[in-house]
Amino acid sequence: MKKLTGIFIALSLAAAATAAAPEEPSLPVAARDGPNDAGGAVEIFWLASPLEKEEGFKGYEVQRRAEGEEVFATIAEIPPGEVVHQDQEAEDGVPYEYRVRVLTSEGAPVVLGVSKATASGQWFNTARTNALVGVVFTSFVIIFFIFRARGGAELFVRKIAGLDAVDDAIGRATEMGKPILFVSGLADASEISTIAAMTILGKVARKTAEYETPLIVPCYDPIVMMVEKEIVRQAYTEMGKPDAFDEDSVFFVTQSQFGYVAAVDGIMLREKPATNFYMGAFFAESLILAETGAETGAIQIAGTDRVTQLPFFITACDYTLMGEELYAATAYLGRDPLFLGSLKGQDWAKAVIMLALVVGTIFLIISTDLGIWFAKLFETSAS
Amino acid sequence: MNFYEKFLHIDRRYIFIFVALRVIIPLVWPLGLAVTTSPPVENVYNAVEELAPGTPVLVSVDYDPSTQPELSPMTIAVLRHCFARDLPVIITVLHPGGPGLALEISDRISKEVGAVYGEDYVFLGYKVGSSAVILSIGQDFHVSFPADYFNTPIDEIPLMKKVKNYNDIGLVITMSGSTYPDAWVAFAHERYGQKLAAGVTAVMAADYYPYLQTGQLVGLIGGLKGAAEYEKLINRPDDGLKGMDAQTIVHLFVVLMILLGNIAFLFVQRAKKREAA
Amino acid sequence: MRRELPLAICFIMGIIMTVQFFIPHRHSQWLFDNMLKWLIIVLTFAMILGIGNLVKLHIQKVQHRRRDWLYSIVALFGISASLITGFGWGIEADSPFMVLFNYVQIPMQATMFSLLAFYIASAAFRTFRARTVEATLLLVAAVIVMLGRVPLEGIVGRWLPDLAEWILDYPNMAAKRGIMIGIGLGAISTALKIILGIERSWLGGGD
Repeated sequence: MKKLTGIFIALSLAAAATAAAPEEPSLPVAARDGPNDAGGAVEIFWLASPLEKEEGFKGYEVQRRAEGEEVFATIAEIPPGEVVHQDQEAEDGVPYEYRVRVLTSEGAPVVLGVSKATASGQWFNTARTNALVGVVFTSFVIIFFIFRARGGAELFVRKIAGLDAVDDAIGRATEMGKPILFVSGLADASEISTIAAMTILGKVARKTAEYETPLIVPCYDPIVMMVEKEIVRQAYTEMGKPDAFDEDSVFFVTQSQFGYVAAVDGIMLREKPATNFYMGAFFAESLILAETGAETGAIQIAGTDRVTQLPFFITACDYTLMGEELYAATAYLGRDPLFLGSLKGQDWAKAVIMLALVVGTIFLIISTDLGIWFAKLFETSAS
Repeated sequence: MNFYEKFLHIDRRYIFIFVALRVIIPLVWPLGLAVTTSPPVENVYNAVEELAPGTPVLVSVDYDPSTQPELSPMTIAVLRHCFARDLPVIITVLHPGGPGLALEISDRISKEVGAVYGEDYVFLGYKVGSSAVILSIGQDFHVSFPADYFNTPIDEIPLMKKVKNYNDIGLVITMSGSTYPDAWVAFAHERYGQKLAAGVTAVMAADYYPYLQTGQLVGLIGGLKGAAEYEKLINRPDDGLKGMDAQTIVHLFVVLMILLGNIAFLFVQRAKKREAA
Repeated sequence: MRRELPLAICFIMGIIMTVQFFIPHRHSQWLFDNMLKWLIIVLTFAMILGIGNLVKLHIQKVQHRRRDWLYSIVALFGISASLITGFGWGIEADSPFMVLFNYVQIPMQATMFSLLAFYIASAAFRTFRARTVEATLLLVAAVIVMLGRVPLEGIVGRWLPDLAEWILDYPNMAAKRGIMIGIGLGAISTALKIILGIERSWLGGGD
């Protein structure tokens, strides 16, 4: 793993070296194919004319002619102080000649210089090399640990109190003879937190099937409802109790945010569940849900990646899974090697980021230029 | 149960009544508390001020009626500022609950300042698929918005004839009660280098300070206080400033309740320790 | 095939669009532009599917007299009223549709959101106790930021809003950034698992 980290840092340094930087023209005028683009663009640079300091200087004129043409056509007039222009209307594969002339209020334009270039599209955006290195490294690390976990290696995962409490919370509801409420958030099935919530629901449903504890799953999104109904049905079937599955336990409420929370609050006050799970994406309604649940005396376990809502859940719930702890739930509860491996890979990627932060801070302390150079390795450029 | 224990278990409905009174009374009898501005809001103001007259600004109304009391005052203030600076405004909506709000605001403010539809502002309406829409604007407005909200092809709108994509827009300001600013940062700023500012609810404002620090957002208007600050900067007091009195009194009440609750908690803990001893 | 086909599509498109991000060539741009257009079209139809599903669910509730079926009639009436007024009289500023929106929808939603003011007060009173060192830190920071976000500078001076701004600029920003990095990595990992077919709960029917 340390070797891999070293390789990653080396590749990042290589990425910095290959990143396209604006050229300083040694000739008065230089033209080149626009870097890292879809084609159709040529960049023209020139050295500032000494005439800029004189009165009457109006600016520059950029002209172009295609191979075989005789006459130069003006494509742009550039104000004083600027020494670069991008021709966005060049045809790919056609050699062009660019001429830059100095415009003054007196006399004819003075030719600064001429240069040739041909536009073409690139097949790789070198400015995104660092992103590619990051993607490849992260993917490799995750896949590496998945294979390691599959091979039987013991992978340590630290204690997550909220997830340890799931079994106890379900047991509490069973002993009290009260239902369990599971709210999987207010987002659709494409949200990662909803997917994580659905996975936790599967584990919870297996337990409720085993103990025959009533389960209430009000859904915000109709498609999520359909998926969750199947998940719960499957869980009951796997536990050998398909007849115990209640179709109406997983139901659609409304896609209106506060209509949904009003309905769930009503369920909490009427059914008085012993355990409330809030897993997924939550918004402004999170405190209303958690406070109402607290009022009924239920034990509450929440998990969300919505950073804004974490403070409300932390104050109002007994346990809160913060951000990626929710994503880790799948691996933690099931101890499936595939999921454990990906969790480990994530952690290593995070370790490399932390190392980069420490190294960058040290570099900045040693020298501002060194720190800025190191920071630029991680910059992404706009296309 | 002694007095302190009773206080700790006070029926929450008494708290609700006091909060209600503390909201209503200052709205009826304003206190007129002076607002000072903060750097994040000043940065949004300056970003608009620095634009040359005639530079289009894209204002994205990405919220629904639930967050309207906090976000509409800042949207109105920003629109007034843009019109005062002769900056044409393109209004889009990424939240399905937003078109009605955006339409009402744009209609009202344009009539107030005498802005002409099609020249000074255009309302493109709502399109589904927020990230896809943000990305597509980077290519060409026509991809997501071939016509405006009133079904006029954008090729026939004078303002939109000058605007193809982000290259022609000076600033994007997203007003959101949800996570749309994250998508704007990821797709408009990172991918296309678009200058971006955001107006968000007070609860969300703390989340966007990392983006402020890196410069991915040039400025941030947070909550009703942010709206009040912006109204002060443009010298047009409105709902933002009016709401500040009520917000102040309620905040003070909540802080007082927290302090009293902790004092009562201390006494109860001491009593329990004495009993145990 | 019911599971294999979606998994295959997910894998192929995931890999293609990841690779596309690094290729600026016009052929790659053409693919990206068309994928965007398709995505917007598919999402629009998904919205229609969602509305259709909603109507179907409520009609079934009414037909089978399931729990709270009367409220389904209210929901169906609301959907119909919006569609009829919108298509019948348009969606301009003074249309019946906008009157319904401005005088029914907005007040209802704003009112529900306003409940938060009351709940925050009761939650703060109930839970902000200085039980531990961490809880005390949370309490003190919350009080400073709450007071810093209201215009009390004229009474107590600028130090309070400046201190609140410092808390937001430094400790808050650092903590949020850490959480955001973690969430970002979690999202990458989950996305990778979905593309590779390891995470299949989105298909329904368990792992």
